[in-house]
Amino acid sequence: MLPDWLSPGEWQAVALSLQVSFWAMLCSLPLGILVAHALARWRFPGRQVLNMLVHLPLILPPVVTGYLLLLTFGRRGAVGQWLDQWFGIVLAFRWTGAALAAAVMAFPLMVRAIRLSIEAVDPRLEQAAATLGAPRPLVFLTVTLPLILPGILAGAILAFAKAMGEFGATITFVSNIPGQTQTLPSAIYSQLQVPGGEAQAGRLVLVAIAVSMGALLASEWVSRAVARRVAG
Amino acid sequence: MSLSVRLTHGLGAFVLDAAFDAPDGVTALHGPSGAGKTTLVNAVAGLLRPDAGRIAVGGTILLDRQRRIDLPPHRRGVGYVFQDARLFPHLSVRQNLLFGRWFAARGGRTGGPDLPAIAELLGIGGLLHRRPAALSGGEAQRVALGRALLARPRLLLLDEPLAALDDARKAEILPYLERLRDIEGLPILYVSHSAPEIRRMATTVIRLERGRVTGQGTPARMLPDPAGTPGVEWGVSLRHSRDGIAVLDSPAGPLRIAGPVGRGPLRLRIRADQVLIARQPPQGVLARNILEARVIGALPDDAGLLRLQAGGGMLLARLPDPGDAPLEGAQVHAILTAEPEVIG
Repeated sequence: MLPDWLSPGEWQAVALSLQVSFWAMLCSLPLGILVAHALARWRFPGRQVLNMLVHLPLILPPVVTGYLLLLTFGRRGAVGQWLDQWFGIVLAFRWTGAALAAAVMAFPLMVRAIRLSIEAVDPRLEQAAATLGAPRPLVFLTVTLPLILPGILAGAILAFAKAMGEFGATITFVSNIPGQTQTLPSAIYSQLQVPGGEAQAGRLVLVAIAVSMGALLASEWVSRAVARRVAG
Repeated sequence: MSLSVRLTHGLGAFVLDAAFDAPDGVTALHGPSGAGKTTLVNAVAGLLRPDAGRIAVGGTILLDRQRRIDLPPHRRGVGYVFQDARLFPHLSVRQNLLFGRWFAARGGRTGGPDLPAIAELLGIGGLLHRRPAALSGGEAQRVALGRALLARPRLLLLDEPLAALDDARKAEILPYLERLRDIEGLPILYVSHSAPEIRRMATTVIRLERGRVTGQGTPARMLPDPAGTPGVEWGVSLRHSRDGIAVLDSPAGPLRIAGPVGRGPLRLRIRADQVLIARQPPQGVLARNILEARVIGALPDDAGLLRLQAGGGMLLARLPDPGDAPLEGAQVHAILTAEPEVIG
């Protein structure tokens, strides 16, 4: 009975949203950890500029971010043209483009959560590891990384939830093509454009709320469990 | 294995400009707070890069700014026990202890005491499966010490390892540090502003004041006890007490002091100015303790202080006139003119 509750096209939108959010979260995670570590621990010229760039999607109108993505990664865009020519990768108007847009929009939240957890790690523990013979990359792997695991998981789930809700940049960059780039928020938007579509939109809204709440609860639960294990 | 340090480092208005060469054994870095002790130790460990200088342990140069040598901390082979134990909270005690082991083996430093030996030496065998959060301060500090030792260091840095502990915990750890000094023969740079601790541990004392070395010498010369007099400390135990007089077994035979004293091992302090030397067996002297002793000789850095061997114990005696010193090897009688002080 559940499948009848939403039309096949709408189930497709939900599935696509989950897919897009999952890949957006997974692919941006390594970069997010790196950038968070750089912002928290490294001193280099341009640190403030990097900080601003990371936070830009948070303050720009999403439609501007989407348009900038289109200019850069569209078929005629500098990077998009290059990706297409050399790797045959096209992002504009594909689900991969939706994942890119979601990743960019969720990136500041992910970096903030991870950065906070890195700043909470006592650098004197990392010094102690160095005096015990651990080179820097191994200090990170054996001391820093296990200690920031709760922050990484929280950042990842936050990014996933944000990606689930991404609308403005996505619709600008990859449009709203049912079955290809129509994510859950786009589907809700489409329903609201149709006279009498409110009931259908309402059901989709319930799904969106359930997924977001579930992600939030999972993040709380996972980070608490990990924090317990890490603190011993 | 000697330690040679010359370095200059500016931290705002404070300038550390220190140079010393320390022989084998335990070198104590002594001085008031803010003298630059921790800064100096951090430079030796490689956690801080001084503006200029050279640091060498034995034949290994750790730092030479002129020759552009600056080994990173992980390649210095310097064990560092911090004031706060800094155990890794996400690892068990056992994993903490073995953390540096793998890196040491990779760096070609193998052998030396293994985990069971260190656990035995430091009395931490029963803690291996615990988490650091479940340890007391003294236990955590012993684990930190074991962790540093298992990384096979060529030099051990102890930055006030006992400062955060109360007297009972200090008394618990000091014997382990002494065993380490005596058994392992590892050179140790020991930061402390506790004079009794240094007198007990150190072979050489470096005094650091306002970023400069203002003196170097033996603990007896550099840190005479509060009465201004050097002396010796003996471990003794109670044999029996009668009529308010306790008879103690000491390295030089029985000693009588006014009781009561506790059971179990005690530490006595005998100051050099409490010891009167008689060449002949004294007659008609009303003293509780007269010990047979043999003259070893005057201290190299203080001709007025005579070292004596009394049974299995060492005594220091202050001579009224350095010219009166009896010949080395002479048999004398050491009269204790005051009660030895029980210090622990």
